[in-house]
Amino acid sequence: MTMPAQTNWTVETRTRTSTIFLGLAAVLVVVLALAPFYASRSLIQDLFFILTMLVLAQGWNLLAGYAGLVSVGQQAFVGIGAYAMFGGVILLDLDPLVSIALGGIAAALLAIPTAFFTFRLQGAYFAIGTWVVAEIVRLTVAQWKALGGGTGTSLPRSATREMFGLEFLKDTFGFKTSAATDVITFWLALVLAVVTVGVVYRLLRSRQGLGLAAVRDNQNAARSVGVDAQRIKTIVYLSTAFITGLAGALIYVQKARISPDAAFSVLDWTAYVIFIVVIGGIGTIEGPIIGVLVFFALQNSLSGYGSWYLLVLGLLGIVIMLFAPRGLWGLFTDRTGIELFPIRRRLSGDPNEKSGG
Amino acid sequence: MIWIDTIVQGVLLGGLYALFAAGLSLVFGIMRLVNLAHGDLIVMAAYLILVLVTLLGIDPFLAALIAAPFLFGVGWLLQMHVLNRTLGPDILPPLLVTFGLSIVIQNALLEGFSADSKRLSVGQLETASLALGPVNVGVMPLLTFISAIVVIVALNRLFYSTSLGRAFRATSDDAVTASLMGVRPQNIFATATGIAMVVVTIAALYLGTRANFDPTIGPARLIYAFEAVIIGGLGSLWGTLAGGIIIGVAQTLGAAINPEWQILAGHVAFVVVLLLRPRGLFPRAVD
Repeated sequence: MTMPAQTNWTVETRTRTSTIFLGLAAVLVVVLALAPFYASRSLIQDLFFILTMLVLAQGWNLLAGYAGLVSVGQQAFVGIGAYAMFGGVILLDLDPLVSIALGGIAAALLAIPTAFFTFRLQGAYFAIGTWVVAEIVRLTVAQWKALGGGTGTSLPRSATREMFGLEFLKDTFGFKTSAATDVITFWLALVLAVVTVGVVYRLLRSRQGLGLAAVRDNQNAARSVGVDAQRIKTIVYLSTAFITGLAGALIYVQKARISPDAAFSVLDWTAYVIFIVVIGGIGTIEGPIIGVLVFFALQNSLSGYGSWYLLVLGLLGIVIMLFAPRGLWGLFTDRTGIELFPIRRRLSGDPNEKSGG
Repeated sequence: MIWIDTIVQGVLLGGLYALFAAGLSLVFGIMRLVNLAHGDLIVMAAYLILVLVTLLGIDPFLAALIAAPFLFGVGWLLQMHVLNRTLGPDILPPLLVTFGLSIVIQNALLEGFSADSKRLSVGQLETASLALGPVNVGVMPLLTFISAIVVIVALNRLFYSTSLGRAFRATSDDAVTASLMGVRPQNIFATATGIAMVVVTIAALYLGTRANFDPTIGPARLIYAFEAVIIGGLGSLWGTLAGGIIIGVAQTLGAAINPEWQILAGHVAFVVVLLLRPRGLFPRAVD
């Protein structure tokens, strides 16, 4: 009996299920990308809505589910992203697509003073602090007369008509102008959603992600082994702001009409997002995906009932938080053990095991 | 002269915000529960008073007196059967459950009372005013401010001179040890929320008599109330009054310069105070 001098243990997060799933997901993305060629325009718009809400939900999930930053003020970044995009188009005469990048940058810049202020506040104070900041930004933007002040404004038709790539789509595939706009924004939303999920998944599997989980589980213990909690939280907050700003700008390229109350709506950009994450399962990557599909199904089937719809959504959120705090995906994983985006580290690959040591 | 008048109006407005905040401060101080539905509970109480006024044809003050014990019961049940389940080291469950509750209350009120704005009428009191030295003050704003002081004095007496208050403070300091001494934290929490709902009823009375209200104005009141609590410092009710006054004065001064700046000025004052004093002006408890 010899002790193996060197074992071939490796730390892995991947499982067989997840590898198969990644293959399927890649196929799904391709199928979705081709949607404009076989799906109706209204389906493309629905998919656009689902994908952009998914981006916002993944962002909020990363903040609240992993970094412990329960923000009720994400509408600040959606709104400032959208307004920066409008500013780029109207005041600087930029292409709307170029302007979307401006939206992300503006949101990330806004996040710096916001983090400076709100990170001094703990827990619930932080939640209210982010909300107040969002209100301040909304009220300030409402004073910006060049972009319509409190009543808002529209994207000039010339800008949306001459949007990059529009002519190409019209000439090559024979789309009408309005349909081509939807197709471009849909593709961008798909790219943004895939990149967001990919970046979040990569982050959670990285050293930083491990540090983040450690901070969430026990901040003092994490700090004692050298995890710089504040630094990781700041990075997560700023990058989420950037992604949220991009999503906000993209959403308003498609809407083409903006007002402070709509762009900074706590209901549309934070409450819905929170319900999506809670219903799907907070603290997992799969949760927001499940959540956004359930949310969309609920919205479609209950949209005729006015405020009853929100009432049901609120009650569902409360019931899930009380009785199944890990959401629908949590229930599913508990029963089946299936994880599509596993981030738990497992030991595997010891060849000595076979030879019977 | 106009500035003195503006500041006096702001101080009196601060009394209203302190009333919004007192219930929140009480609940937060005892069980560290952040109730994001607090503003909507105030609006709900205002609708209840309105229903009593309409159905029974009585004065809003009398209606509030009838509504208060009922709302105490609502608060007690809400805490006992819903909110107590969310308490614990994790701050997510209470935040998300009360956030959901906020959406539920708003939409239930929208369904029941439509989006039209309503008002509680108190007859001649609405326009009556008193000359106090160089400035004229409305009777209703003055009454609001006095009520805020009475509520704070009463809550402080309850806290520091009664056995219930002793149980409140003990549970707040250490719920486990308090339960060894025969205090049942669950009951204490339910009673505290019940009392907070009585304060909410008083706040609702003045909310409804001083201005129009509709089902969607709750969240804005929640923010003012929270700003007052945080500016004042955790655990200090007089601090909460001071916080309310700071927000109120900032708002009226802002509005005097440009009507569009009223709300903005209040929020900015909140941010400035917190940048200078991160734990508020008169912090008593350490969170």
